[in-house]
Amino acid sequence: MTLLFLWPLVTGLAAAFTGADGPTTAHVRRMIEDAYFWEAMRNTALLIVVLIPLQFALAITMALLLRQNPRFAGLHFYVWVIPLAVSDLAAGLIWLSIFTDRGYLNSVLDGLGITPYAWLSYENPATMFLAIVLAELWRSTSLVFVIVVAGMQGIPRDYEEAAEVLGAGYRARVRHVILPQLRPSLQVALILRTILALETFAVAQALTARSFPLLVGETYQWYYFLQNPNVATAIALVVLLLSLTAAFGYLRLMRGAAR
Amino acid sequence: MTRRRVLVQLGCVLVTLFMGLPLYLIALASFTSRDALNAFPLPLLPTAVSGDTMNTFLRTTGIVGGMLNSLTVGLSTVALATLLGVPGGYALARFAFRGRDAYQVVMLLTRALPIVVLSVPLAKIFIDAGLYDTTYAVTLLHTALALPSTILITAAVFAGVSVEQEEAAMVFGAHRWAAFLRIVAPQALPGIAAAAVFTFVTSWNEVLGASILTLNRRTLPAHVLATLADSPLAFRFVGGLVLVLPAIVFIALVRRYLLNMWGTTLR
Repeated sequence: MTLLFLWPLVTGLAAAFTGADGPTTAHVRRMIEDAYFWEAMRNTALLIVVLIPLQFALAITMALLLRQNPRFAGLHFYVWVIPLAVSDLAAGLIWLSIFTDRGYLNSVLDGLGITPYAWLSYENPATMFLAIVLAELWRSTSLVFVIVVAGMQGIPRDYEEAAEVLGAGYRARVRHVILPQLRPSLQVALILRTILALETFAVAQALTARSFPLLVGETYQWYYFLQNPNVATAIALVVLLLSLTAAFGYLRLMRGAAR
Repeated sequence: MTRRRVLVQLGCVLVTLFMGLPLYLIALASFTSRDALNAFPLPLLPTAVSGDTMNTFLRTTGIVGGMLNSLTVGLSTVALATLLGVPGGYALARFAFRGRDAYQVVMLLTRALPIVVLSVPLAKIFIDAGLYDTTYAVTLLHTALALPSTILITAAVFAGVSVEQEEAAMVFGAHRWAAFLRIVAPQALPGIAAAAVFTFVTSWNEVLGASILTLNRRTLPAHVLATLADSPLAFRFVGGLVLVLPAIVFIALVRRYLLNMWGTTLR
């Protein structure tokens, strides 16, 4: 474990701060001066802020729906968890078939008599962002959903029934009985998803290439196309720093709230 | 009451459509003939079914090789992660050793380490070690990535097997080993298998690390990613479908264990 985690980490730190002649901040400066870097920062932050609340709302709704014991619950559950095992690259390619200029969405619009729209063109950053959010929502909500369902199974039905007998409506029961007991599961899901959202990469690569830069995509870009592992490592370390901050921040919040 | 049931059904169907429709469309796009795919608007029903694109795709250089690499890496990762992870999980579930809680936190933290942070420096180390561009390198990285989940999942599985039965077997004169093999292993095996499948899929899906650590011996996702910019749309769609198929099989295999896996391990 040490060999595979600590060593690369230390080497990475070193690579980000050493040049041909000794220690240097040149790589970091180069990263900061690159316009793409800040755009990637902004996009990554925007993605997290928009995606995660949507995702949690959807996942909780899905779990509540399933708790109502609908017909074909098994089938629904199966379809809802398939994306759990779908890679982000595949998800990106799937949604590409929908959003691309001559793709399925535009075909439907055309059928309805609406003029097709260039959803993924760099001229339309808003719809490009929308496509990425949808694709990520499709792919990664399953994970939150499974964690939430697992958490709900731990809530005794008696509590809910007791609240119902005492006259609580459905909304009140969800808000005051179910959600509070889901907290531990939601917190775990929140940490996990924030960190994974920071790493969003292949979805955007498949859908928009570099028109919509994200942090990890930039690492790939610097390493692979610009052949500069030092700057790539510098960006990677920024991602690491953000992940750790997010994880520790959430852990603090949880402890603070638990008291 | 009945109105509510209808709404619930409707909600379920809507979500299922959202989750299922993209899968249908990618399959449709993959098996539509090139001419039909170039036409606009695209048909939403399978009217021009053809295996041509799939056929050509599979014959393109790098695809079958990529699949074999993916398979090699995936299976080796499963073997290595199971070999190292199962004893770890057993220890975590059964013995209260010093620093156990700290160990669990470290496990969670390693999950938080972005793959990029590891891969770029690892590439350098592997170049120095002469391991760069081999399936071993990717296997090592994937094992490191999968190990924490293997340990946590198997710990949950072992925790579900009652200690009493194990102790009873030992009381009746079985060795610790015999007790493990006769009593614990049979009950834990399905869960361990689920963990193994999970590991395989993690490895099959991982693209960034594999892209960075290899040039000629790419896994399938890394190959698809590298050729993304140059391949025609039809090829990208087929690539997407080929990457998705294992997911559908995987979920069918481990559906029963999904909730256990996430429920108890992450509390």
